[in-house]
Amino acid sequence: MFYHTQTGIWEEVPNPFCGIAADDLKVKVEDNRLTIIENGCPVTQPAFEQAIGDSTPQIQGKATRLETAIARANKLLSHSRLPLISGLATDVEGVRAALALADYYGAVIDHMDSKATLRNMLALQTGGWITTTLGEVRNRVDLLLVVGSDIESCLPRFFERYIWNSETLFGQDTAQRKIIYLGQSPSGQAACRPDGRAPLILSCKQEELPEVVAVLRAQAVGHPLQAESVAGITMEKLATLVNRLKQAQYGVITWAAEQWNFPHAELTIQMLGEIIMALNKTTRCSGLPLGGRNGQVTANQVCTWQTGYPIPISFARGYPDYDPYHYNTKRLLESGEADALIWISALDQNDRPPITSIPTVVLGRAGMNFTQVPEVFIPIGTPGIDHGGHAYRTDNVIAVPLHKLRESRLPSAAEILYAMLEYRC
Amino acid sequence: MLIKLTGGTVYDPMHGINGEVRDIYIQDGRITDPPNDMPIHQVYSLNNKIVMAGAIDIHSHIGGGNVNIARTLLPEDHWANPLPHTELLRAGSGHIIPSTFATGYRYAEMGYTAVFEPAVLPMNARQAHMEMGDIPLIDKGGYALLGNDDYGLRMLAANKDQKAFNDYVAWILRASQCLGIKVVNPGGINAFKFNQRRLHLDEPGPYYGVTPRQILLRLARALHELDVPHPLHVHGCNLGVPGNLETTLSTIEGIAGLPMHLAHIQFHSYGAEGDRKFSSGAAQIAEAVNRNPNITVDVGQILFGQTVTVSSDSMQQYANHLHAYPKKWAFVDIECDAGCGIVPFKYLDKNFVNALQWTIGLEIFLLVDDPWRVFLTTDHPNGAPFVSYPHLIRLLMDRSFRNDMLATIHPDAARASTLGAITREYSLYEIAVMTRAGAAKLLGLSDRGHLGIGAAADITVYTKQEDKEKMFSKPDYVFKDGELIVRNGEIIKVTWGTTHVVRPEFDNSIEKELSNYFDRYLPMKLGNFKIHDEEMIYFGQGHIQVHPCRERNSS
Repeated sequence: MFYHTQTGIWEEVPNPFCGIAADDLKVKVEDNRLTIIENGCPVTQPAFEQAIGDSTPQIQGKATRLETAIARANKLLSHSRLPLISGLATDVEGVRAALALADYYGAVIDHMDSKATLRNMLALQTGGWITTTLGEVRNRVDLLLVVGSDIESCLPRFFERYIWNSETLFGQDTAQRKIIYLGQSPSGQAACRPDGRAPLILSCKQEELPEVVAVLRAQAVGHPLQAESVAGITMEKLATLVNRLKQAQYGVITWAAEQWNFPHAELTIQMLGEIIMALNKTTRCSGLPLGGRNGQVTANQVCTWQTGYPIPISFARGYPDYDPYHYNTKRLLESGEADALIWISALDQNDRPPITSIPTVVLGRAGMNFTQVPEVFIPIGTPGIDHGGHAYRTDNVIAVPLHKLRESRLPSAAEILYAMLEYRC
Repeated sequence: MLIKLTGGTVYDPMHGINGEVRDIYIQDGRITDPPNDMPIHQVYSLNNKIVMAGAIDIHSHIGGGNVNIARTLLPEDHWANPLPHTELLRAGSGHIIPSTFATGYRYAEMGYTAVFEPAVLPMNARQAHMEMGDIPLIDKGGYALLGNDDYGLRMLAANKDQKAFNDYVAWILRASQCLGIKVVNPGGINAFKFNQRRLHLDEPGPYYGVTPRQILLRLARALHELDVPHPLHVHGCNLGVPGNLETTLSTIEGIAGLPMHLAHIQFHSYGAEGDRKFSSGAAQIAEAVNRNPNITVDVGQILFGQTVTVSSDSMQQYANHLHAYPKKWAFVDIECDAGCGIVPFKYLDKNFVNALQWTIGLEIFLLVDDPWRVFLTTDHPNGAPFVSYPHLIRLLMDRSFRNDMLATIHPDAARASTLGAITREYSLYEIAVMTRAGAAKLLGLSDRGHLGIGAAADITVYTKQEDKEKMFSKPDYVFKDGELIVRNGEIIKVTWGTTHVVRPEFDNSIEKELSNYFDRYLPMKLGNFKIHDEEMIYFGQGHIQVHPCRERNSS
C-alpha cells in the first residue's frame, strides 16, 4: 500500500513519468526536495527530482498575482479566433479541465506527442488490433518480437519488470523467454537473458521497416513471394521468424511508435496488426504498443470518452471534430491559423512551448525556464508529487492513481483551468 | 423548497398503484408526506399526464475501457452524429457509442435516471468509474467482473472453502466500488488466453481444471451468503452459438435454486433446427424462467441497423469477428483478470438470422409471465443503441404495430416465428414494473424506482399518447433528486448523479495473501489497485451511495 514508512519516506509510489507507470518507487522528501531511493531509472529519476524553482505567476516575465495572471489569460482567450490548447502533459483531471475550456472557447486541443500516439490510433481506427497488457506479458509471453524500437531508452525498466521477472503465474522459466529484435539493435544490455546471452537480431535500417514488415506479413498470411531477400534479410530468416511466432504459445509483438520517423508509420503498425490477426487463427499472439510518456495515453483516453475522438480535436465548429492532420499543433502554428496558445506541461520543466509569434499562456511545471518569455506563465504542480490524480499506462488499459507527496501548495493544472473558466471575461 | 405535482395519473408498482390520480410532494430531493400548513413553492399541474419513477437501466455499456476502445474504433459514428454545445450542455458526439456527456443527456431526455454498467473489470474499474464520472444527470453503478480472474480461479482450483471465497468476492466489490458481481463466459475468457476457442458448461477449463458450472455455483453462493441484494449477473457460456438454448436451460436448472440474473438472454436462446440450423428457443427459455422463481432475465433485444458489439467475452467475440461490419475489430487480454472484444455489427431485417434474433427477443419479453423478472434492455450497444428504447416499448405495447413490423422482416424468419400469434400487449403498469420498480428491487436500491414517502425524487412525467414510441421518447418533465432537469424532452439543468455501491462485511485478513499475490505476479500494488472514495468525488461532480446488504433470511 502507498504509505509513509517514516517521516519523509513514501513507499509504493506510482510513477507518472514513464509509460509503464511502475508503482514500486520509494521516494524521500526533504524540504520539498525529492529523491528516489529505490527503483528509479534514467527517465524517472530526473523527472521526480527537478527542484521547485520560482513558483510566482508571471506576465511578460514579471511577477504578478495569480488572479491577475488568470485574468490576462482569459483576456487573450476571449480575443482569440482560434485558440490552441496543446502540450497537454497532465493527468486525467487536467485533461478534463482542458476539454471544458476548449469546448467553451471553440479551441483546438492537441498533445505535444500526438504524432506518435496517432500512428497507433490510425492503425486501430483503420483495421483494429489485438493487444495485451503488461500484466499478461509478465506472466505469459514466451516470445517477444521487438520491431524497430529501442525499448530500454524509453522504458528502462521494461525488461526487468515484465520479461526477466523471477516468478510467473503458470510456472514458466522466464530465462527461457525468446527475444528477437527486427530492425535496430538494442542500445544496452536490458534485453540480454539473465545468463548474458544476447537477443537474436535481424537488422535493417529504420526506413526499410515497412518493406520488411510487409514481407513478414505476406509470409504470415501464406502469400508466396519471388524475392530471395528484403533489406538484406533473407526470406529464409523471415520464414523462420514466422514459424517461431506460429509455434509460440503467447507471442507478443511490440513497438515504440514515438521512435518511428519514417512516413506513414501507421501503415507498418497496421501490417503488424494483420500479422497478429493471422497468427491468432492457430495460436495466441498480441501487440503491445510501447511509449506513453508525457501523458499521451491519458490525454487520448479522456478525450475519447468525453468527445468520441482521440486527439487532436477541434471545437471550432461548436462540436468536436477529429482530424489528425489539420489540427496538428505544428501545422496550426506554422499556418498562422491559431492565434493564441495555451501550453500545458505539468510533468517536465523542459517541455516548453514551441517558439511562436502568437501570445502564449503557459501552465508549466514550477521552475520552468523560457527562451521565449510567454505572455503569461502560471507555475503548476506535478500530478503524483504535488497533488493526486490519475495516469494511464502505455497499454491503453490500466490507469494508476497518483498521490500527493509534498506540501508545495502548487495548484494543479485542473484547478487553474477551472479557475479560468469560472472567472472568464 | 416544497414542490407539488398534482393531478397526475400515477403508476407506482412498488406500492401497487396502477393508474390512480395522486398528488406527490417533493422536498430536499425526496418524496415527502403531504405538508401541514407549509408554503408550497412550486406546483405542477399534471392532469392527463402519466407519472412514474425515473427509469432504471440494469444493463448498458456506458463506461469502461471496452466502451472507450469501441469509441476509438468508430470515428465514423462520431463524425456522422455531432452534438454541438449549448450555453448549458457540453459538446459531444456519437449515436451507437456516444461520448459521456451525450450518454447522460440522451438517457435523461428519455426519462432514465439510473444506468448500470455490467462489465467492470476489477483491474480496469478505475477507468469505468472515471468515464461514468463524466456522465451527467443520471445515477450509475457497476457490476465487478469475476469468474475469469486468475486469483479467483486459483481459489476454486485449490478448492478453498466458501467462506474464504466469499471474503474475496466481498473484497473485490469494495475495492472496485461496485454494486454487484457479473460473470462473463465463466472461465472462457481465461481459456482463450491459453488458446482454447470454446468452453462448455461442464468442461474443465485449461490449467485450473475448473468447470464453468462450478464457477457459477460458487459465485452465486458467495453473493447469496454475503447478502448482496443483486444476484449473480450472468453472461453465460456459448453466447450467440446456434443450439445454445440447451446450455442456458442447463445453467438455469443447475444453479441449485440460488438467485441468478441471466443477462441479454436473447443471445442465449437459440435452437439449431430448420434448414439453416438456427431456430428460436424463446418458448423453452421463457417456460424455464416462468418455472424458476430464482431466475431473472434481461432481454438484450436486437433492433435493426448499425451498432457495435462490446463485450468482455473475447472468446466468443473472436469466434464472431468475421461477421464484423465495418470490417475491423479490437481484442485485448487484460491483466490476468478478463478481456475485451469489440466487433462492429449491422443487423439487417432482410437477413434470416438477424430477423429471427429480433423475433426471439420479443417472444421472450411476451412469453415470460412476470414483468418483475424480465427487464428491458438492448444490451446497449450490443443489440441496439439505448436510444431505441421507446421504439422497443411500442413493440411490446402495441400488437398491430408489432405485426406490421413483423411483415417487413425476412419472410422465412417471420414464418418460423410464433410472434405473430402472441396477443399480449404490455400495460403501462407492466412497463413501469420492468423499467422501474422491478429494476430497483433487483438491484437493492430501496429508495429508487418508486414514488413512496422517503424515496429519492427521481420522477418522470409523460403525456398519454396512443403512439407509445412518441410518448416514451419525450417526457414532459424529469426530476432528478427533486430538481427539474428535463422539460418537454429538453434538458434545462445539469446535475451529477450518484454512484451506487454495496460494501458487504468480510474478514480483511485475506489482504495479506492478496497483497503477496499482487507483489509477486502483477504490475500493480494492492494498495494502488483499491479505489478510494476520494477518487470518486472530485470538483463537486461525484457522490457515493452505499446500499445495505440485507439481513440473512429476512424477507
